[in-house]
Amino acid sequence: MGVAKYIKNEKDAIKEVIYQSGIKVKPVYTPKDLEDVGFDYGSDLGDPGEYPFTRNLHPQGYRSRAWTTRQYTGFGTPQETNERFKLMISHGQTGLNVAFDLPTQMGYDSDDPMALGEVGRVGMAINSLHDFEIAFEGIPLDRIGSGLTINAVASIMLAMYQATAEKYGYAKEKISATPQNDILKEMIGRGAWIFPVEQAVRLVGDSIEYSVKELPRCNPVSICGYHIRESGANPAQEIACAFEIAKAYIENVQSRGLAVEDFVGRFSFNLNVFGNLWEQIAKFRAARKLWARMLKEEYGVQEKKKLFLRGLFGGGGSGLTKEQPENNIMRGAFYALGAALSGAQTTALCSFDEAYTIPTPRAALLSLRTLEILMDEVGLRDTVDPLAGSYFIETLTKQMEAKIQDEMKQIQDVGGMVHAVATGFIQRKVAQQAYEYESGIQKGEYIKVGVNKYAEGSEGQTDVDLHEYNEQWVDTQVASLKALRRTRDNRDVQRLLKDLETAARDGKNVMPFLVDCCRAYATVGEMAGVFREVFGEWQEPSIF
Amino acid sequence: MTKTKIKVLIGKPGLDGHDRGAKVTALALRDAGMEVIYTGLHQTVEQIVRAAVQEAVDVVGLSIMSGAHLPICQKLLEMMKGEGIEEIPVVVGGVIPKQDIPKLNKLGIAGVFPGGTHFGQIVDSIREIAKS
Repeated sequence: MGVAKYIKNEKDAIKEVIYQSGIKVKPVYTPKDLEDVGFDYGSDLGDPGEYPFTRNLHPQGYRSRAWTTRQYTGFGTPQETNERFKLMISHGQTGLNVAFDLPTQMGYDSDDPMALGEVGRVGMAINSLHDFEIAFEGIPLDRIGSGLTINAVASIMLAMYQATAEKYGYAKEKISATPQNDILKEMIGRGAWIFPVEQAVRLVGDSIEYSVKELPRCNPVSICGYHIRESGANPAQEIACAFEIAKAYIENVQSRGLAVEDFVGRFSFNLNVFGNLWEQIAKFRAARKLWARMLKEEYGVQEKKKLFLRGLFGGGGSGLTKEQPENNIMRGAFYALGAALSGAQTTALCSFDEAYTIPTPRAALLSLRTLEILMDEVGLRDTVDPLAGSYFIETLTKQMEAKIQDEMKQIQDVGGMVHAVATGFIQRKVAQQAYEYESGIQKGEYIKVGVNKYAEGSEGQTDVDLHEYNEQWVDTQVASLKALRRTRDNRDVQRLLKDLETAARDGKNVMPFLVDCCRAYATVGEMAGVFREVFGEWQEPSIF
Repeated sequence: MTKTKIKVLIGKPGLDGHDRGAKVTALALRDAGMEVIYTGLHQTVEQIVRAAVQEAVDVVGLSIMSGAHLPICQKLLEMMKGEGIEEIPVVVGGVIPKQDIPKLNKLGIAGVFPGGTHFGQIVDSIREIAKS
């Protein structure tokens, strides 16, 4: 929502500015500030493309390559989604970002009683390989990478993506999938978790280990500060949580005997862009540097490219408002500007109607055009890290770095992220902050245009076309699922599910067993059902 | 007149896990002196009704962001009737399009609080609803 606290005098002059991460901003910055924070070009920045990568991962930034745009897409049946994918690609989108409906995310088939009213609602409904074949029909899977926004059953979806690619004749070595696969953040915010913490982290570890060996172009985990921020964390906490989560996954995979150097280069991040422009820019610059330094100094990672903080900086959903929704078009442009000034490698933008609905094609296209205007029209590709050397930005980047480290230490002090999540430490902190923040908005301490300032006429003004939920999609999906259960080789499916169960119980890597199940058209509900049986379900800690 | 604390059950029905709204509302009601029980995520309507019976609450509040508020509310009200607790008022918050508010009221929902409703307004409404 709002971005910072502004304390003003009676003449509306600003006396004090306090960012969400707790940093006080001065009216003027000079070389003296850089001196005070101990700024050093070589160790704090380095040239773009050089360690610690504060300025950019690449020597010339967007000059050599514009960012990848990856609007979040998917609804209804695989058929509808396939049409929308093709529309976005025809308009210049360079990667996919797939939305799944809640039953799929929670490991239920479309005809499960738990799926009632939710089939195809917030993303596409996927029951089996049959559905993925339809969804990705005609998409060049060797050229277009796909983000799969799913977590608790990400291992199943990664296996299904491989099986789909093979069906269409693409070698598994050629495909690039990025399952979100960050279960710890689901437990902090967003809530699409199923299995207990330890088993859930093991599944993440299984998919990372498998990808390293079998899927060289896949990024098996996308760690999301994004949703933690949406749940109430401030920008410094967003990065701190993401890095502590990453450490939990690193340590799981490391414990299997793999060297960090051999897998950490596959990690990517999903980070949020809304809020105060300068604080975001400083956050991303500080984050690139901290990540590289942590991998190098704590984990001994050597190879340059493996120190990159890669990922999607985008979205900004919580910054958008229901009130005066057209204002969100402008907000999105400024958030995207922040991402571009931060050197975001991949981006996406929430659409202006998302406080109401799944984006209409018009709104989704506007978001894509916003991103394209920045790259192609107004000069964001001209030179790399254009704000470098600013007394203010460099001071702030150093201050953000210290804030992030302080937040990381608090998590380490309670025993690391797995423990912080299992006990509800993080959830409690984030919820309390969300409450204080919301109260601040309601009291007018944080300004939000159209909500608590210039709000005249907000009432009743909603020029938003709602995305229609089509009840027929449910019938189509359920009919197709029933037909599948009749026509597939059910004995083979049962045998493979049994093998999966044994592997899950024996602590073997489940991925090859999932791929076999997918190839035989086992359903998501059946495979997740095996895990539910073996692992049980997580009981949330009470935080009140 | 001093009355015992108003007891509110905040339920999060269905598969949607966006619980920021449910949690901040729970904290706001608690700060206003109410006793709040939060069911946690992924509850079936049956589980919420059972909790309402067991905890003998004064008000049931649902948080729904997925768009499925109409079928969920209908089912909950029917089940509450089945359990003989239809006198407990039910309120709903979340992503609720304006055109659905009269429909929810018609079903028998006592209060609808779309995203952004001020805490003060929610607290006042619940006090009023619990009184009647």
